[in-house]
Amino acid sequence: MSDAPFTIRGTTGDWEIVVGLEVHAQVTAKSKLFSGAATAFGAAPNTQVSLVDAAMPGMLPVLNGECVRQAVRTGLALDAEIHRISRFDRKNYFYADLPQGYQISQLYHPIVGEGHLDIEPEGEAPKRVGIERLHLEQDAGKSVHDAHPAMTFVDLNRSGCALMEIVSKPDIRSPAQAGAYVRALRSLLRYVGSCDGNMEEGSMRADVNVSVRRPGAAFGTRTETKNVNSVRFVMAAVEAEARRQVDVLEAGGTIVQETRLFDPDRMTTRPMRSKAAAHDYRYFPDPDLLPVELSETFVADCAASLPELPVAKRSRYVEALGLTPYDAAVLTAERETADWFEALLADLVRRTGKPATELAKPASNWVTGELFAVLKRTGGGIEASPVSPEGAAELLALVADRTLSGSLAKQVFEAMVETGDSAAAIVDARGLRQVSDTGAIDAAIAGILAANTDKIAEYRGGKDKLFGFFVGQTMRAMAGKADPAVVNDRLKTALAG
Amino acid sequence: MEWRDANRMTALTDLTLAAMRDGLRARSFSAAELAQAHIAAVEAARPLNAFIVETPDHALKAAAAADAALARGEAGPLAGVPLGIKDLFATEGVQTTAGSKILEGFVPPYESTVTAKLFAAGAGMLGKLNMDQFAMGSSNETSAFGEVVSPWRARQPDGALSNRVLVPGGSSGGSSAAVAARLCAGATGTDTGGSIRQPAAFTGIAGIKPTYGRCSRWGVVAFASSLDQAGPMTRDVRDCAILLQAMSGFDPKDATSLDAPVPDWEAALTGDLRGVRVGVPREYRLDGIDPEIAAMWDAGLAWVKDAGATVVDVSLPHTKYALPAYYIVAPAEASSNLARYDGVRYGLRVNEGGSLDAMYEATRAAGFGPEVKRRIMIGTYVLSAGFYDAYYRQAQKVRTLIARDFARAWESCDVLLTPTAPSAAFSPGDKADPLAMYLNDVFTVPSSLAGLPAMSVPAALTATGLPLGLQVIGRPLDEAGVLNAGFALERAAGFAARPERWW
Amino acid sequence: MAVDLATVTRIAKLARLRLAPGEAEPLVAELNGILRWIEQLGEVDTAGVEPMAAVIPNHLRWRPDAVTDGGVAAAVLANAPASEAGFFAVPKVIE
Ligand SMILES: [Mg+2]
Ligand SMILES: [Zn+2]
Repeated sequence: MSDAPFTIRGTTGDWEIVVGLEVHAQVTAKSKLFSGAATAFGAAPNTQVSLVDAAMPGMLPVLNGECVRQAVRTGLALDAEIHRISRFDRKNYFYADLPQGYQISQLYHPIVGEGHLDIEPEGEAPKRVGIERLHLEQDAGKSVHDAHPAMTFVDLNRSGCALMEIVSKPDIRSPAQAGAYVRALRSLLRYVGSCDGNMEEGSMRADVNVSVRRPGAAFGTRTETKNVNSVRFVMAAVEAEARRQVDVLEAGGTIVQETRLFDPDRMTTRPMRSKAAAHDYRYFPDPDLLPVELSETFVADCAASLPELPVAKRSRYVEALGLTPYDAAVLTAERETADWFEALLADLVRRTGKPATELAKPASNWVTGELFAVLKRTGGGIEASPVSPEGAAELLALVADRTLSGSLAKQVFEAMVETGDSAAAIVDARGLRQVSDTGAIDAAIAGILAANTDKIAEYRGGKDKLFGFFVGQTMRAMAGKADPAVVNDRLKTALAG
Repeated sequence: MEWRDANRMTALTDLTLAAMRDGLRARSFSAAELAQAHIAAVEAARPLNAFIVETPDHALKAAAAADAALARGEAGPLAGVPLGIKDLFATEGVQTTAGSKILEGFVPPYESTVTAKLFAAGAGMLGKLNMDQFAMGSSNETSAFGEVVSPWRARQPDGALSNRVLVPGGSSGGSSAAVAARLCAGATGTDTGGSIRQPAAFTGIAGIKPTYGRCSRWGVVAFASSLDQAGPMTRDVRDCAILLQAMSGFDPKDATSLDAPVPDWEAALTGDLRGVRVGVPREYRLDGIDPEIAAMWDAGLAWVKDAGATVVDVSLPHTKYALPAYYIVAPAEASSNLARYDGVRYGLRVNEGGSLDAMYEATRAAGFGPEVKRRIMIGTYVLSAGFYDAYYRQAQKVRTLIARDFARAWESCDVLLTPTAPSAAFSPGDKADPLAMYLNDVFTVPSSLAGLPAMSVPAALTATGLPLGLQVIGRPLDEAGVLNAGFALERAAGFAARPERWW
Repeated sequence: MAVDLATVTRIAKLARLRLAPGEAEPLVAELNGILRWIEQLGEVDTAGVEPMAAVIPNHLRWRPDAVTDGGVAAAVLANAPASEAGFFAVPKVIE
């Protein structure tokens, strides 16, 4: 891990990059922010459009309370100030997929104010990124430019879906930090349940504001690269845009404050042609809506409804369960993984009667080792795991009571994945039970010792490494089913003579 | 058939809503007869250009349903009553244009809440009434479908009717002309800065703008959202009460709708003003006020005293800033509300084979009239970068002060009595300067900015025989107080004049 | 704050109103007249005064999150000047 700041080495010296991200996250809600039309992804064009969404004359917005609730819960999860009074403003501009001719958004009085998000960028020290604000706004429709030679087609299904725009402070200093920020935010939103974080379906996309400066100098002019829709692309957009700006500046040019697009094929940014004209959004409070007032009880209820969040969960895993910070981070990165792990652990505690502190470590090792390896092979997330947390607990309980050794447990798990049968059933059917009976093990040891008197002499003469040879021979003689601890113990006694 | 008798038909179109209701229940005539009589009157009055679209089938269908319901004894409160509907209300399956070319041919697949309520109460629709384009105007000269001609004509010194055309007021000028000309006993209007009250005053009828939020704005083409209110226009105060009651009520589809019970306003009409304090706002005594207007106002004060009220002097110190504040707020909201008319989803599209922006610009240039464009320009300017605080925000602060002025006045009075407009009806072209036209709303705009209920009642005739109206303004939600004061004034004024038929 | 021809042109562009030749010049004078008149608002001392937020005291109600609308593509598209395959169609936009 390096604490050295990320810099771009130009021909005239080093450059520091300054990044702020505006993430648009679609609020998890059945209906739209101001209408009762559905929000599901992938419907036929204009089938999820109400007359309100199509901005028919005389149509009026009515606020979806669930979107308010999710915005407040998200704000609380970001440790942010919740504004008890907020307002919806109109942002006026013309575009084919903006039916009203304005977007209902919150400029002057957002629902959530300043907060922060802790990130762990790869290869860099952990960092706290400031959150400037979170506000609610409407999504626009979708324009299809390539379906017809002379026309653009407009689908309003997305028009009016609720978005949370989460604006960071310009605290991000490297592509890795930008990536870590988006990952951490996505994880947090999924924990809270306020956004599904599905970047492929556009549920989350980022506007990337980038500028460069000499280390420690004042902020440079920034550009905004719109709608970048994956963590990888966010990092690439930061890098490409920063390098472009450095090239421009080093060639004696100046940066133009403009809106750009990210080209994922070339991994570069380019200016948006349609947004050449200067914008003047003429914001003013939407006269169709009154101020949004939040009661103390409402905010308290929102807070009470929050699950344990990743940062708290991670430190609990380390402090209360004794896991390593690395394992804790891996297990809590996604809420589904943490939930799965906790379900497994709880069931394991129930089955074995042993304390969680004793079971957490082997359970964590098994999840991040065995299970993740299988998931990687089968190509699914944990929600597609071929075994349930309870099934896994049954398996690990058999290890804990020494019915199975580690290597036997591996075989049993493979069989579980293959057949879908339970661990106990496989152990019974295949006779994979571990042998701890000292009689059988002693007999095997006696046979091995008798056949290797030369090696016994060498061992006793100080060649300790040969102990492993005797263990291996004994295990083979036991067809891999002997309890390794018992084998160790009995071998030591026997070899001691 | 009896209803073909011309006199009987005239008698039917002379009826008030209350008289229609009673006559229908007494089976003195049928709803079908009533509808036929009004349809005939509408057809005969085409020179007034009061309707953009006539919908006789709608009226007849409602009448048939009403006759059946009456026979079963389960008729709604407006069963069989044929109404005119201002073309700002979206009507399902019937073209709705807001008086603009940009919406020509637009047929809403939905019904506004207010018209839905009226139809559910048993009313029928005679047609869509002409109006100033997007309700922007005080004379109906801005309609894209031609000016509405007032049924009123001035009387020359020799007693003969002048040929000079007069405006019916605006923006609900089709409504005022139709009601005054006996084409319908009641019509819907909308009032943003005086658009119900001023045309009512110009045509000798009654009209009330209720408290902001009483009538749902859902399905009413928006002009200025924080000011727009629907209301009834009828020939007398009782009919205003009846129609307003049917139009009002909480609507969950309008976030600014008031969740308050709708009182029985007709029952509140006693004409007894004992204990009522009537305020006279000092600042409304403008320098150079028309002496005929001043005389009518004085008469009004005498009438309310006769009815038992006390008259008190009050001050509304920010009155002079109401019009300038209005001409910031209303155009600003309008510039945004009218952005949706872009040629993409409905209405006019002018395509010149160019870009999307070229299509927008050509469509809006061709679709909007000059006054609409002027207000969009003002509204866009006052909201543009760097000007928001100085114009819009300042205007909304002034609006707070204006509302406070009224709140303070309510400490010493219960209703306010003022003239409705500074003059009687004028002729088209008389106020070519937009500012001169805007000043017409000087008495109606302050109460609009404060969202207060206010009505105009016909009170007097000028020397040339043109109607003048008195305005009653009330506390928030006190339509009952406003209507009752109006009722007392109406009784005392005994206004019986009607336009002499020349069409 | 007097407006000039360039401002009128810019505002018209923002509002997507094409001005016919000769239409902008008279608008300059007209808008200046109106603006001069509305600028008297600057005289009013509004220190400490909140801009009006609700015309009549009222609270914003929230709707429950339920799908109660949509599924009316035919109605949504019925008045469209141009539509194809369920989409609204507009002159081609280049991003
Ligand atoms: Mg942005
Ligand atoms: Zn946004």
